Amino acid sequence: MYRNVFGEKVSRARFKEMLAAMENRRELIAAALMNRRDLFKMGLLTSAGYLLAKRGLSARWGSLIPEMQAASPTVNPFVQPLPIMPIKQPVSSLSPAPQVQPNTAAGEARTRPHQALTIFPPQKFFTLIQRAAQISVHPQLPLQTLWTFDGVSPGPTFVSRYGVPILVRNFNQLPPASQNGGFGLPSVTTHLHNGHTPSESDGFACDFFEIGHWTDHHYPNVLAGILSTHPGTGDINESLSTLWYHDHRVGFTAQNTYKGLVGYHLLFNQFDTGDETTGFHLPSFPQFDIPMVFADRVFDPQTGLLSFDTFNLDGILGDTFLVNGAVQPFLQVQARRYRFRWLNVGPSRFFQLFITDLQNNGAAVPFWMIANDGNLLPKPVQVTSATIGVAERVDVVVDFSQAAGQTFYIENRLKQTTGLGPDDPAVLLPGGKGNLLLKIIVSGNQNGNDNSADPGNISQFYPLPDTTPTPAVTRTFKFDRLNGMFSINGQFMDCETARFTVTQNTAERWILTNLSGDWQHPIHIHLEEHQILSRNRMPPPTVEVSRKDVTRLRQNERIELFFRFRDWTGRYPFHCHNTVHEDHAMMLRWEIQPQGDTNRTP
Amino acid sequence: MPSITRRSLLASAALAPFARSFLASGSDSRFSGATISPRERFRQLHFPNVTLTTHEGKAVRFYDDLLKDKVVTINFMYTSCAEVCPVTTAHLVKVQKLLGEQVGRDIFMYSLTIDPNHDTPAALKNYAEKFHVGPGWLFLTGKDDHLELLRRKLGFVDPNPEVDKDRANHIGTLEYGNEPLMLWGACPGLAHPEWIAKEISWVTRPGTN
Repeated sequence: MYRNVFGEKVSRARFKEMLAAMENRRELIAAALMNRRDLFKMGLLTSAGYLLAKRGLSARWGSLIPEMQAASPTVNPFVQPLPIMPIKQPVSSLSPAPQVQPNTAAGEARTRPHQALTIFPPQKFFTLIQRAAQISVHPQLPLQTLWTFDGVSPGPTFVSRYGVPILVRNFNQLPPASQNGGFGLPSVTTHLHNGHTPSESDGFACDFFEIGHWTDHHYPNVLAGILSTHPGTGDINESLSTLWYHDHRVGFTAQNTYKGLVGYHLLFNQFDTGDETTGFHLPSFPQFDIPMVFADRVFDPQTGLLSFDTFNLDGILGDTFLVNGAVQPFLQVQARRYRFRWLNVGPSRFFQLFITDLQNNGAAVPFWMIANDGNLLPKPVQVTSATIGVAERVDVVVDFSQAAGQTFYIENRLKQTTGLGPDDPAVLLPGGKGNLLLKIIVSGNQNGNDNSADPGNISQFYPLPDTTPTPAVTRTFKFDRLNGMFSINGQFMDCETARFTVTQNTAERWILTNLSGDWQHPIHIHLEEHQILSRNRMPPPTVEVSRKDVTRLRQNERIELFFRFRDWTGRYPFHCHNTVHEDHAMMLRWEIQPQGDTNRTP
Repeated sequence: MPSITRRSLLASAALAPFARSFLASGSDSRFSGATISPRERFRQLHFPNVTLTTHEGKAVRFYDDLLKDKVVTINFMYTSCAEVCPVTTAHLVKVQKLLGEQVGRDIFMYSLTIDPNHDTPAALKNYAEKFHVGPGWLFLTGKDDHLELLRRKLGFVDPNPEVDKDRANHIGTLEYGNEPLMLWGACPGLAHPEWIAKEISWVTRPGTN
């Protein structure tokens, strides 16, 4: 007997249709790009230009709404430009003035004093307001009520510099729960992902605060080691480049980030300068350095509104792809080198991104990967694809100088049909048959004005920090699923319980193992990035010989990580970043203190 | 293009005249449901109003009687389950005590059997008494098809059909929700009872935590 996910009995034929659903949709969209006239002839394209809803497009929605067999409403791809998030501007001062102790009387929700405010006094101040806003994601869809930072989603891009500490006052002005439209808890905590941030400013999952309150986050913008191994300077080889911020509310991160609470935070220094005439000569920000946020979403075919499947406890997959908040946009570029920053904000899908040339049989155009998780690699690596699980980032340099007048697509070719993870064994769809996310149109004019370096000539960014110090302790973490529950070492998230304590300014070795059968987990550990020592006792692939803050833990894998925990003390989380797994307790709280423990299986 | 896909394409081409008239009059006209309230839409999608029977032998409608205007917890169990169910039930008994007088007044607890053929109202009553379950917590049985529909609508499923066949894979999760506010979360039934009670409070009185 076959059933769909909502329990209705379905025929074997219908069941097969459901499995083919995502594939069909991809084919329709790909076909629309190449054969619009043919589709029109076949009656699949209306005179108004819509793709007709094709039976069986969605496994989850199909049988629910018999009159609309489609999942998300189909819309014309590549009709709107890629939105570029505004750069966050500082304010001259904050009132009341920031203070070390939480300003509870004035409405601040912070629970612990700032540990570094007087050591690294902020030079710039920002206000960041979380509020609902009416946003267009596509001209053929109704306006969406999203939760935003400052009225835009993704939120404004922070542009920080090492040596310039900042303070961000984060206000919760979201509407009451009665106006959430079907999902989202208006209770928030904003995490700066990969920030070398003191605990009380980290946006720890349990430091959530309610409507009408605010919290000051102090970002010292210092290199790891500044108060320990490399006093006064920090370790330049721990430089971070591409960070992002997002809501981290325990139990509700999937809903709240799906509703829009994400944004970029870039960090420049004397080498990665944002100016292609200096330092490493990487393409200049913002003109030739373009942050991109990838997300998959579902829109209700009846209302056209963003839909979150509250009762999906496995991992939510969307059939509509947004880049920087717009459904399948286009980007016009000059015939020169660009730096693209790619971020997957989930909720659950893994992407393997290609730059596809549809005019050349879907050929994959080579490009340079320069950073993994926003950390510059030892040197650029030429690749034809880059994989990002939820929360992972890659920075790439693409050379369009020989491609004047051509068109390309950023395409996800990794097949994934369930929340478990990519199909196993991994299936790569042929070029042009995957999810086309962004159309890139190269100007017909040559551009001689490119001062950025050819990545092929860059022999070194930063060498990897030393991993030879003997770890103070080796800890093992088993990621499992039993009776429908996700666990770490057989236990579940609990804000009140610190599972282990690291001794401040020591190194540790962590072993992550995946016993959860078919499930795959992108594991994120806060505070300092780690290095992958081995995957299944083998060295990691070249692009993972790097500093990471999210590591993909695939089926039956055993991964060894090297860590340092420096400079601050306090609580941090460690979790699966498939936000649905994370919200269903695949997270733990740990601490850094002057004296830690040696619990090997916490 | 594989032949099966071509066939499907041709099949949908036959429907084209209807679809064209439906779609041609502009983008907004596609969204006839735009005026429906989010709460009503949520109910349509997730809460079939099937009839169940309580461990006290009373017939109840899933949406009208059990969910509407209420804060609830929902889990699945079966009385012959040897290992995880008794531990989960024991945890929930502690949760019920921690929630105190709220249960039966502000918060309603529901345990649905996934073995309705064996779990008669009498068997469920016996089970509830064995665990000293207090008022405000109902054990529910009904038609096999109805419970299977609810199990799937509420997401107590495994995407792998082979794994899904094992009933024990659906009994570890507790869902909690505030129906009028459309606020729903879930946590492991084996989490600390204090923690489970805390999670429930997030949707009982949102904004006060």
